[in-house]
Amino acid sequence: MSTLSFEDLAAFLAPGQILTTPEDLIPYSFDGTAVLKQLPRAVVFPETTAQVSDLLKWSHRTGTPIVTRGSGTGLSGGSVPSVGSVVLCLARMNRILEVDARNLTLLAEAGVVTQAAATAAEGIGLFYPPDPGSMKISTLGGNVAENSGGLRGLKYGVTRDYVMGLEIVLPDGEIVWTGNKCVKDVAGYSLKDLFIGSEGTLGVVTKILLKLIPKPAARATLLAVYDSMDQAAATVSEIIAARIIPCTLEFLDRVTIECVENFSHVGLPLDAEAVLLIETDGHPAAVAEESQAMAAIARAQGARSVQVAATPEEGAALAAARRSAFSALARVAPTTILEDATVPRSELVTMIRRIEEIGRKYRLKVGTFGHMGDGNLHPTFLTNEKNHEEMERVEQAMNEIFAAALELGGTITGEHGVGLAKKRFLPGALGSLNLRLMRELKKVLDPKGLLNPGKMFDPA
Amino acid sequence: MKKLREMDYAVLQQCMHCGLCLPTCPTYDATKIERNSPRGRISLMRAIADGDLEATRAFGEEMYFCLGCLACQTACPAGVDYNQLFETARAEAEASGHLANPARTLLRTVLLRGLFPSPRLLRLVGRLLWLYQASGLETIVRRSGLLRLLPKRLRALEGQRPTIERRFSHQQIAPVETPSAAKRRYRVGLLTGCIQDLSYASINRDTADVLLANGCEVVTPPVQPCCGSLLAHNGDTETAAALARRNIDTFPPGQFDAIITNAGGCGSHLKNYHHLLVDDPVYAAQAKEWSRKVKDIHEWLVEIGLRAPQVIAPVTQTVTYHESCHLCHGQKVTAQPRALLKTIPGLRLVELPEANWCCGSAGVYNLTQPEMSRQLLERKLGHIGQTGALTVATANPGCLLQLANGARDAGLSLEIVHPITLLARAYREEQKRA
Repeated sequence: MSTLSFEDLAAFLAPGQILTTPEDLIPYSFDGTAVLKQLPRAVVFPETTAQVSDLLKWSHRTGTPIVTRGSGTGLSGGSVPSVGSVVLCLARMNRILEVDARNLTLLAEAGVVTQAAATAAEGIGLFYPPDPGSMKISTLGGNVAENSGGLRGLKYGVTRDYVMGLEIVLPDGEIVWTGNKCVKDVAGYSLKDLFIGSEGTLGVVTKILLKLIPKPAARATLLAVYDSMDQAAATVSEIIAARIIPCTLEFLDRVTIECVENFSHVGLPLDAEAVLLIETDGHPAAVAEESQAMAAIARAQGARSVQVAATPEEGAALAAARRSAFSALARVAPTTILEDATVPRSELVTMIRRIEEIGRKYRLKVGTFGHMGDGNLHPTFLTNEKNHEEMERVEQAMNEIFAAALELGGTITGEHGVGLAKKRFLPGALGSLNLRLMRELKKVLDPKGLLNPGKMFDPA
Repeated sequence: MKKLREMDYAVLQQCMHCGLCLPTCPTYDATKIERNSPRGRISLMRAIADGDLEATRAFGEEMYFCLGCLACQTACPAGVDYNQLFETARAEAEASGHLANPARTLLRTVLLRGLFPSPRLLRLVGRLLWLYQASGLETIVRRSGLLRLLPKRLRALEGQRPTIERRFSHQQIAPVETPSAAKRRYRVGLLTGCIQDLSYASINRDTADVLLANGCEVVTPPVQPCCGSLLAHNGDTETAAALARRNIDTFPPGQFDAIITNAGGCGSHLKNYHHLLVDDPVYAAQAKEWSRKVKDIHEWLVEIGLRAPQVIAPVTQTVTYHESCHLCHGQKVTAQPRALLKTIPGLRLVELPEANWCCGSAGVYNLTQPEMSRQLLERKLGHIGQTGALTVATANPGCLLQLANGARDAGLSLEIVHPITLLARAYREEQKRA
């Protein structure tokens, strides 16, 4: 390990941009992921792309690992410091640089909070759809690094679908732009796509050009309540079969319902086995027709009640309550281990049953919620990291859940990324050739292996 | 006093560091440094509990950089009891001795241990201060330039001192006041507070009037101990517990339908006595009943069905409402003050942007952290300006004082007033016309 010379850093960073004391570093030793912890050697807060470039040049020269971080809300340990690393926090690069109403784009620095970008778009009647659970504080840079999803993925896709261009600082400090405001562009490889979802292992994204779309004129929110999980799952299948693509189709199981209601008091029924939160948006006529059709389907599948939000505020409150699900589950147990196993939609019911069986087999409390419409489930183990015997069982159950997801043609992570938490499952999920290609790409772009080392996969 | 290592570890573990508290934390918003955030501070507390960190000077300073506004508690889906963590951490910081210096220790001994726990002494000091202010001596001293001889810190303190009222609560409110027999529905105790008793005694009078107008017999013991919140929030939970016991003796909860407080900061702490005295063999059970019966005045009035004042020719008045942190985050009383204001004829309530963002008063924070406090005050005054309201209603003496001083210094002609005062005025108007 090289010795860290802070005098070097002081050449291009002000004293207020460098943290080194234990009291300053401890709060940067984790992100939103349970259990994982590692102290960095320092945390730095560049304010310009030039400073990021200087930092990476310094890292390249001294061989110091760099872990890039936004607000540290990630759920796979992607921004947990690597051993001996300096954390590069982009939270202070948080300016929205341009909202272009003629080209429907927004240009922002990577530290801009997702919600701030969405609000800026809304300010001129436009819409930025990706809405990860932590959007009130997550950063666009973090969203790009993880290719974050959200509640609206079913109809509107994920972060990748809205990135038109990126400014990236490469591991040797070079600054590159990839992409532009053109709707069509096939000049060369789509390099920006390589960096989206690369979890800070290939470069540091400093600016992001986002695609915006017109704001849907109308929106309707429905809450369907069920006495059995099967009825809820059948409703989802029937909605898809009826060729309706709602923008949100979320489900919460009994355990999750209770936690969410205790926090948000939005009136979720505490005795239900499952609820579906359904949202449709678009032209008012289409919204009216679709919400009626979906309510009818829900009733036909045995929903105990189907309630339509009376006001946009009521609908927004329900969606906000759903976004709190993961954190609210922490009410039940000291440690919440969240997974995001994802399967093709046709296999949802099977997957939910498998999760229940596995939970029973290992005598674990599992709360499950997720994006039913796109097959992205969030089985969450409610446990205690201090109980080593139980944590063993969690490990085993996790293994089985991922194996089941893969067996059903699914994936180990739908939207949280690999990071540290799912690293050991990646080879099984991808196969050796995919992994070899990734390792070779990593080697070309980051030959010294200094960007977020130890995440996603190890060098060959 | 329990230390971080001895407290129930589950309280620390409740934080799963998801980060949803970050956007609601005024200090994190200002610095974007995790240490200045709720989950960052909890990680430091946990490091101490785990034996990975000592209670260093930097730790102590961080705990005092926290406003204790509890906005994080409202935002936290996981239900972290930040208040408990924060009080334990400040007590730990005090016990470590790292923050001690002669001036600080003297101030803490005189004010926290000497003055606030003793209502009679506090009133004596208040009386002297009133004489100083009312005699015109203060004006002479201020004009003389003598104040420039004071150290900067004390000069700032002088500028923020409250104006003392001529008559304190016990001189304005009889020990028992009863509505006409036909109207009497409840019997309540009225807490008059410490600062409130000296500087805002008329708000206590207004509170008694409003309670009487709503069928409550009001019991107001003339000598009341301080609620202890200032002590609990500043690392002296032992004196705070002693004060809690004295308050329970003063207001035996079994004798009242409710025990009423009109100060957001006090109420939040008063409702917490059952935690504070949980290990007290004599008081634990009573403290439970006490916590259940303590009601914020707005909360109580809405609960019993507030009578709307009937005013024939109401004066139109535009009012905005600033939420006291410990009323909205500490007690979750948010809808009731607004509902109450809306019952006043002629009053137009305009919503204040960021109404529940701390104004920077935060107990004695404006004195201990003047820079951060000033930033928050400016932000608040900016939002108030946007509403166009000339009256700001807020239900906590700290906020009342902070906003009044802020408006005065900025040359704004704003009336800063307790919602209950506005309601009391309306009832008086109604009586005048009857």
